[in-house]
Amino acid sequence: MSGNSTYQPQSKVLQWFEKRLPIGGLMHSSFVAYPTPRNLNYWWTFGGILSFMLGVQIITGIVLAMHYTPHVDLAFKSVETIMRDVNFGWLIRYSHAYGASMFFFAVYIHMFRGLYYGSYKEPREVLWILGVIIYLLMMATGFMGYVLVWGQMSFWAATVITNLFSAIPGIGETLVAWLWGGYAVGNPTLNRFFSLHYLLPFVIAGVVILHVWALHVCGQNNPAGIEPKSDKDSVPFTPFATSKDAFGIACFLILYAWFVFYIPGYLLNGDNYIPANPSVTPAEIVPEWYYLPFYAILRSIPNKLMGVMALFGSIGILAFLPWLDTSRVRSARYRPVFRQFFWLFVIACIGLGWLGTKPPEGVYVVLSRLLTFYYFAFFIIVLPLLGIFEKTKPLPNSISESVLGAKA
Amino acid sequence: MTKTKTIVALALAAMFAVSVAPAFAQEHAQPSPPRVKWSFAGPFGKYDEAQLQRGFKIYKEVCATCHSLEMLSFGNLADAGGPGYSPEQAAAVAADYKVKDFDDKGQAIERAGRPADHFPSPFPNDAAAAANYGVAPPDMSTLAKARTYSRGFPWFVFDMFTQYQEQGPDYIAALLKGYVDAPKDFKLPQGANYNEYFPGHIIAMPPPLQAGQVTFDDGSPQTLEQYSKDVSAFLMWASEPHMTARKRLGFQVMIFLIVLTGLLYFTKKKVWSAVH
Repeated sequence: MSGNSTYQPQSKVLQWFEKRLPIGGLMHSSFVAYPTPRNLNYWWTFGGILSFMLGVQIITGIVLAMHYTPHVDLAFKSVETIMRDVNFGWLIRYSHAYGASMFFFAVYIHMFRGLYYGSYKEPREVLWILGVIIYLLMMATGFMGYVLVWGQMSFWAATVITNLFSAIPGIGETLVAWLWGGYAVGNPTLNRFFSLHYLLPFVIAGVVILHVWALHVCGQNNPAGIEPKSDKDSVPFTPFATSKDAFGIACFLILYAWFVFYIPGYLLNGDNYIPANPSVTPAEIVPEWYYLPFYAILRSIPNKLMGVMALFGSIGILAFLPWLDTSRVRSARYRPVFRQFFWLFVIACIGLGWLGTKPPEGVYVVLSRLLTFYYFAFFIIVLPLLGIFEKTKPLPNSISESVLGAKA
Repeated sequence: MTKTKTIVALALAAMFAVSVAPAFAQEHAQPSPPRVKWSFAGPFGKYDEAQLQRGFKIYKEVCATCHSLEMLSFGNLADAGGPGYSPEQAAAVAADYKVKDFDDKGQAIERAGRPADHFPSPFPNDAAAAANYGVAPPDMSTLAKARTYSRGFPWFVFDMFTQYQEQGPDYIAALLKGYVDAPKDFKLPQGANYNEYFPGHIIAMPPPLQAGQVTFDDGSPQTLEQYSKDVSAFLMWASEPHMTARKRLGFQVMIFLIVLTGLLYFTKKKVWSAVH
């Protein structure tokens, strides 16, 4: 995608083909010759990990769809049939269910890494916004996939989340009935969720291609946050980034396998092993862990419409990050004050996640409001002001100097 | 850096304090079920065949009066990693059951069960099931995974490493032994029962098991303690019948992945030695 290739295939057949469709050259320039900054650390392997996880989710998902039945009377049973009677069905289903969690785990690290090292700053604004779009699509896909199990938590999560749209003044009720395809979450809802859950991963894959394209146009950011200036600052993607990413993916797989094989019940809500029952509300309706911070933000605000706006605002604000952060220095390494606010932000997000599991009462509400305030203040107050007032540390002259300087 | 670390430490301490405080406040909440030593716990855990057979006997003679087990077929009793019955024994169990079917002329009949048949439900429909106690007794196929309890912070973090996955059977075993007299100040509705471990304490199901109720052929003690463990183990198997295979494959996968990761590490090191 960038013109670094001097790709010349050896075989006559490939040469013939290359003249007509230079896909080999495209692959070669994107994943072999492509220069990557030599100082990338392991936080940069999560891009590769995420691509790998998207592949895992699509493959396991396609196999699951061969055995799944999207009907309110049969969905739960078909999932149990996969778990019991399909050969290695338990492996495919647990891999898919935990694949979602691992996918989100990796994307959160990927996002926090981008935030820490200022990867969204000029000229990577579009790259970052494409990432936010992927994240939004992931949230929609994950939510609809969770509903497909058609257990109690599936049903009630679907009810609660779709009901959020009823807060929109005027058209809310009509819109929700349209989303449901009826007057409650029912068979039409389950069917369309299945259809969209199958569609969206391919949309994600499409946006991922744009994301990688944008990345390969402006090149990767790096821990020093300065652009490569000479050939000494970068190394070719293959074998350097490839070998490092492969090692990163293998480490990640160990963690993934630990969940799938040894503690598959760890993150699955017990209530979702009870078939969906519209006439019995579970004692607590809790979303999957990766939505918890946003759930806490939603519940911290007493007005429903304002709560929903805060929920969507908390994700939407990410798209404006490149302009909210006014500092010219990218990497938090050279931004001592930003670094502290950054870690506070990480803690606020984890704290909100924990509060999302708690009932919205007493001290939990107070804490949720405090952390929600900090979440927004970080973007709207802290980042714009820091760029003006922060005294940053001097930047190294080049990437190779920052690497060799650290070693000396 | 030190400043950052102090902030992180303080925030974590604050979170811990806030999360532990409510635990001391809730005196009337149900206690956590005691941990039972299960043969199927841990990375090399396996179901104890004799225990599953005893548990099945309890299910068949007691639980099955009210609780269905509709996801399981009789043939599952002979599956690998299960109670260890032979296919003939499973067929004999099936033959003891009457299953609703139609004959060649479309007439409704009852015939002897076959291994491919699923366990028949004790009630014809949900309303009939709910008639006795006001609520339908839950199906038991996924019960051991559906009945968990929240471990809370920080225990859930440790559980990730200790592989504690037996909340379900621990809870069921505790519940079966948890029928005690209600405290004096507790208002128990007419016909309901008090259980220490049931959320809210008011449970419709009367104490299902009494010592000596089910005869064991293998000399195991016929006590409530033993019954509650055995039937909980059986229900765990019913919920997660491929657990033994899962853990065995998991060990092989782990060894493979650790070797692969090691090789990739040295590959990466060799590649990067050129530029470091």
